[in-house]
Amino acid sequence: MLNPISAAFIKAKQENRPALLTYTVAGDSSKKQSLDILKSISKNADILEVGVPHNTPVADGSQIQTSAYRAIKNGIKVNDIFKIVKDFKKFDKNKPIILMGYYNMIFQYDENKFLNKCKLSGVNGLIVVDLPWPENKDFAKKCKKKSIYFIQLLSPTTTKQRLKKIMKDSHPMSYFISMLSTTGGKLKGSPEDILKNYAKIKKINPKKEIVIGFGITEKTIGKLKSADGLVVGSAICKEISKSLKHRQNPVTNVSKLVKKLKKKIQ
Amino acid sequence: MKLIKGIPVIDQGNKLGFWGDKFGGNFVPETLKKPIEDLEVLFNKLKKDKKFIQERDKYFKDWIGVPTRFIKLENLTRHVGGAQIWSKVVSDANGGAHKIYNATVHCLLAKRSGKKVICGDTGAGYAGKMLSMAAKKFGLKCKIFMGAKDIARQQPNVKAMKKNGAEVVPVYSGSQTLVDAVSECMRFWVANCDTSAMCVGSTVGPAVFVRICGWSTSQISRELKVQLIDEFGSIPKKLKLYNCVGGGSSSFGFWNEFMDYDKKQCEFIGVEAGGPAKSKKHAAPLTYGSKIGILHGAAQYVNQNSDGQIEETESISAGLDYPGISPLHCFLKDTKRARYTAASDEQALEAYKLVTRFEKLKPSLEPSHAFAVAISESKKLSKDTVVVVNSCGDAYKDRGILEKRLGKKYVKSN
Repeated sequence: MLNPISAAFIKAKQENRPALLTYTVAGDSSKKQSLDILKSISKNADILEVGVPHNTPVADGSQIQTSAYRAIKNGIKVNDIFKIVKDFKKFDKNKPIILMGYYNMIFQYDENKFLNKCKLSGVNGLIVVDLPWPENKDFAKKCKKKSIYFIQLLSPTTTKQRLKKIMKDSHPMSYFISMLSTTGGKLKGSPEDILKNYAKIKKINPKKEIVIGFGITEKTIGKLKSADGLVVGSAICKEISKSLKHRQNPVTNVSKLVKKLKKKIQ
Repeated sequence: MKLIKGIPVIDQGNKLGFWGDKFGGNFVPETLKKPIEDLEVLFNKLKKDKKFIQERDKYFKDWIGVPTRFIKLENLTRHVGGAQIWSKVVSDANGGAHKIYNATVHCLLAKRSGKKVICGDTGAGYAGKMLSMAAKKFGLKCKIFMGAKDIARQQPNVKAMKKNGAEVVPVYSGSQTLVDAVSECMRFWVANCDTSAMCVGSTVGPAVFVRICGWSTSQISRELKVQLIDEFGSIPKKLKLYNCVGGGSSSFGFWNEFMDYDKKQCEFIGVEAGGPAKSKKHAAPLTYGSKIGILHGAAQYVNQNSDGQIEETESISAGLDYPGISPLHCFLKDTKRARYTAASDEQALEAYKLVTRFEKLKPSLEPSHAFAVAISESKKLSKDTVVVVNSCGDAYKDRGILEKRLGKKYVKSN
């Protein structure tokens, strides 16, 4: 069976637009609410990235940190995250889900057990922020055996030689970090420059899907729509924080935001 | 797992930077792979470069003021009535602590790589203070990340950093201590690695930072070896080296040159921070059997919950208040080369009182932990045993805490 992640890219291409990927933190601000958010955005998002919150995140900016700390404070555990994914899949079984987090959480759970749980609950892909290539080779192979995509990260600092090696080992989807920044930074450089870098990576293997993330907001998303997919994370986490602050419903507000994002890339 | 004789411990990691195939490594975001590789290439080249070594030694001598003193604590020895107690007074170094060695080397490396800014983390404020001094000396802009809780409790060092022209960035996330400062500093580097160099303040972080720091602080044991031979004619038959261990930079540097000696002749004792006597929180992952996990880019024993969230620590000493520990110390523990134990806040304070009562020495709260264990064990040791405690920091920065906990007279006499 085709991995739903690949199916989502095919569908987006048929509609002549990039795939829209959203990132929300599991358990933000509660287990139930994060599930409700996923359900409410699933009609407009093509792929759902679900963050596994960690309390020493070395690559996340303040928005995602705030969401992660809030989720941890509200008691989210790794097993709850699998439960959220499983419950979501009962609601929309074909919508691809990617878990994104830091390696220690997987290491403590045990790699094999973690992957089994991913398989059972319906996780389709994994992004592990601090497990770069070549350190991730063995784990990526294990993912492949379970038909779970291990999504390699590529950065503006990745050398050409290294890019080639990573792409050679990569699964059908990779993730290009648009700029030197933690998540949620203000977009540095012009969208044209980002797309120029992006084109260099695409050239290595045009068949592989590459999404762009970091710094993408309602304002910038439209200018990058020639990519295979675009990830919006911090802007959504910010919307949740804002909603909570103003005692509004994060579910409806996030849903509205994702709808707007979708419109910008159509 | 085995230590290899004749090869510096910092160079005993495998291809991926793991000591004993297990500790350390490079668990970093992709963005940092290249800058880390660049730093590795530069460091591997320069540490073999005679000119660079000469340059380092020149700054160590003329600016840091090495060698630091090696003194016998006669009165304390008499009072304790067991082993001879000596101290390597590393707090003599310019700035008042061992952190100056690593800071100086990082600034020299940053200059060579053409970086204009250097960022660093700090707990007790020493790493930050020294980095700000070295940055000023070498004409680099300096940015220091420090937990808000630590800023409040280590004001003298904060003032010193600012005086040296550094920007001190308060970190409000998590426990607002060293662990969060290191995270924030790494995040800053992720976003600015094209223009900035990073100095990790201890033998922690991605493998190359562990190596650079260990290489820098090893100055301490190079001096001590010469001083021991000067004093005793040879390395004593029964030598015990006590050092506090937070991240592990001073202890590693204090032991490195003695690594190949049999541990029966030269024993290493690392003293972690046990925290308040009544608290379950501690900063002693080696003593209390913490599990291996990943923190700040390296695999190490680290305080964490079953899910892998890093746990908050508690210690009177900001410099030891860290949930993890250098991969080098994990390696020394598992190869049984070093022995690790902990002292509580109260024991450290008692030791501080005792040392200052008998000697003209004011160890900061960090080495006071080492003194606590050294004093208690010395009682049972023979007179021909040479106990050396690394007094790696000066208590000046702890005035506020000491006044609050022990009363004004201990601060006035300082």
